[in-house]
Amino acid sequence: MELETCTFSYCQRPDIITHETDILLVGGGMACCGAAYEAAKWAERDKLRVTMVDKAATDRSGAVAMGLSAINTYMGENDPADYVRYVRGDLMGIVREDLIYDLGRHVDDSVHLFEEWGLPVWKRADDGHTMDGAQPAPKLTEGGKPVRSGKWQIMINGESYKVIVAEAAKKALEYNRQYTGVAQNHFERIFIVKLTVDKNEPNRINGAVGFSLRENKAYLFKTNAMLLACGGAVNVFRPRSVAEGQGRAWYPVWNSGSTYAMAAQAGAELVLMENRFVPARFKDGYGPVGAWFLFFKAKATNAFGEDYCATNFEDAKKWYGKYADKLGTAIRNYMMIMDMKAGKGPILMRTDLAMQELGKTMDAKQIKHLEAEAWEDFLDMCIGQAGVWAGNNIEPDKSPSEIMPTEPYLLGSHAGCAGIWVSGPDDLGAPAEWCWGYNRMSTVKGLFTAGDGVGASGHKFSSGSHAEGRMAAKAMVAFVLDNKGFKPEIVRTTDELIADIYLPFEIYEKYKNYSTDPNTNPHYIRPRMLQARLQKIMDEYVAGVSTWYVTSRTLLDSGLKQLEMLKEDANRMAASDLHELMRCWENLHRIWAGESHARHILFREESRYPGYYNRGDFWAIDDANWKCFTISKWNAEKGEWDFSKRDYVQLIPD
Amino acid sequence: MPSFVITEKCDGCKGQERTACMYICPNDLMKLDRDRMKAYNQETEQCWECYNCVKICPQQAIEVRGYQDFIPLGGNVIPLRGSDAIMWTVKFRNGSLKRFKFPIRTTSEGSINPYAGKPEPNFDDLRKPGFFNKPDVKKL
Repeated sequence: MELETCTFSYCQRPDIITHETDILLVGGGMACCGAAYEAAKWAERDKLRVTMVDKAATDRSGAVAMGLSAINTYMGENDPADYVRYVRGDLMGIVREDLIYDLGRHVDDSVHLFEEWGLPVWKRADDGHTMDGAQPAPKLTEGGKPVRSGKWQIMINGESYKVIVAEAAKKALEYNRQYTGVAQNHFERIFIVKLTVDKNEPNRINGAVGFSLRENKAYLFKTNAMLLACGGAVNVFRPRSVAEGQGRAWYPVWNSGSTYAMAAQAGAELVLMENRFVPARFKDGYGPVGAWFLFFKAKATNAFGEDYCATNFEDAKKWYGKYADKLGTAIRNYMMIMDMKAGKGPILMRTDLAMQELGKTMDAKQIKHLEAEAWEDFLDMCIGQAGVWAGNNIEPDKSPSEIMPTEPYLLGSHAGCAGIWVSGPDDLGAPAEWCWGYNRMSTVKGLFTAGDGVGASGHKFSSGSHAEGRMAAKAMVAFVLDNKGFKPEIVRTTDELIADIYLPFEIYEKYKNYSTDPNTNPHYIRPRMLQARLQKIMDEYVAGVSTWYVTSRTLLDSGLKQLEMLKEDANRMAASDLHELMRCWENLHRIWAGESHARHILFREESRYPGYYNRGDFWAIDDANWKCFTISKWNAEKGEWDFSKRDYVQLIPD
Repeated sequence: MPSFVITEKCDGCKGQERTACMYICPNDLMKLDRDRMKAYNQETEQCWECYNCVKICPQQAIEVRGYQDFIPLGGNVIPLRGSDAIMWTVKFRNGSLKRFKFPIRTTSEGSINPYAGKPEPNFDDLRKPGFFNKPDVKKL
């Protein structure tokens, strides 16, 4: 196919705004809000400029936009070394223990800030009953006892969690704006789609380009250091729901893989991109099950009341040995899927039995309180699940609810560890190649990441992402001070960069009248179809739900050929308005994230994460050959992905 | 469970440049039809049902209708978000109701003073672990 270019012959040229800064935060979620808070204070002495660019409105952007019912990472009385053991166990033995320990020793301060700022944190009263976070009680820093729903989790009234965190971040940015005297340093509704590399220094990031979702303006941000932290990748795979319900993704539907795609395109090394998370959640609504398991002591069984983790344990043990003993999230999925394939479904969360059991020791008032807590778990963070129960007349104390493994998700902050290879702290005895530079800096100079962006270090969740953003921010300040004379010089002209971004407009305007219906036109592909094709390929060839999460070399080879053609076709993306232009670029990012995922699965010739995906041709875990990190790097000159293994080193003894 | 806008209640935020729901939607779904001065959800299959448009609408003109590919008709979940608490009304398909009230924040909106009482950063610690306000962290 002939390659199209944008010369603004058909679409209108946007106004181009250039903004110079020292520290650029790409994203507005927990990680970037944490970074804004920490950076604005360290940057004051030297009047360094901090700028945040958010695709949405920061009050309600990122994975915490809806709210949360728990903070899943709070050390409290626990030792961060035990946190490393827990994360390592759940992620099948291959993690960056330096990064995880580092996160564990920092995270509580962010939680303490949240409470100080106004986040209601549940407390355990002296007589053992639970108090919501509005009742008078000592704060965590004053000896208040949190309500643990698990060893690492504490319960909150988190409807406004993100609003509160955003308020502090916006005030920090305003503080920075005042002492630097810049006109603006917080940009909302600007979607960054590409990073720029430096003309004079190879492997050096120096800026980013994007566009406004509200007006005909394109932006070039020039920077010294950058935090690229804009979430994981959702809707890369065909979801179980195919009509309206596909918006009800478990992870935020607007997480489009931009972090991984833009880092890869800039030449950063990615790690463990074969990792994914397939959460077992309440069917269709994808409501959280953690509180039901941990807090209400509910059990999940097959339709015959059997514990699938008992009946299928022998099979799991046969293939996965010591990894099965830990009963981590992946292995539990594996055993659930075995029962589903055997027709023993539906799998049920026995909410009814759990509440009846708790009711034995509680009076009517306490039970009403408990019921409200159960509903709050949904209403704080997954309101749609309450809608599923309301529409189906399900009352959790009277009937059980179906649970089911979802479509796959790529992420690095929740119970997964896909992401970017970064430098870690140098005081924890890690190998030199793990801490060559600034904390949380990628292998591209000046490019930092946090939250879902940092690979091989899962289970940080909302609080850990905020803390990691702060850690990265502090390191970025050191980086900028060490590189004060840096003058960004972009390789391509601003016009060329902006023309690339607007190409889908040019194509649409050029061809739209060729057919009587602009939706059906042989000259272009609109983003909805681009996404549908990606999802179908990923589902059928890269271990989606339709193959019970199984793939193989032969399937992956076929899928990758189709992905290559999809990438070519993405040069013919078409957009009729700014909203659709956003969808074009989001889906291009999804394609890159999906391709990286597929290639990593192909490279790792074993089934490291059974229950998330299995290689049909390598069903077992092969520690002798594969207890290592997998590293990929996009070679832009050759147009190829380079793959290598990197040693895993255990820093914390068993 | 996509959001929808009740025609009679929506006033297009009185002709301002953008409506409250457009401002807040994390997925850029809400759009103002300038001919009618009414907002609508332009891409319902990308709606995460986060309810941020519902919560922010000054006219209470936005509700959510269950995803029809898996939720039977008749139920609904309606919030009323105040300054320190949120009230929820859950209506089941069979007509039964549940009401809940949960706290949302313990400070008033806009009152956060993020650096009040915090120490100044010590630049001797810049290349060490720890935050500006908490320089001491555990070591292995």
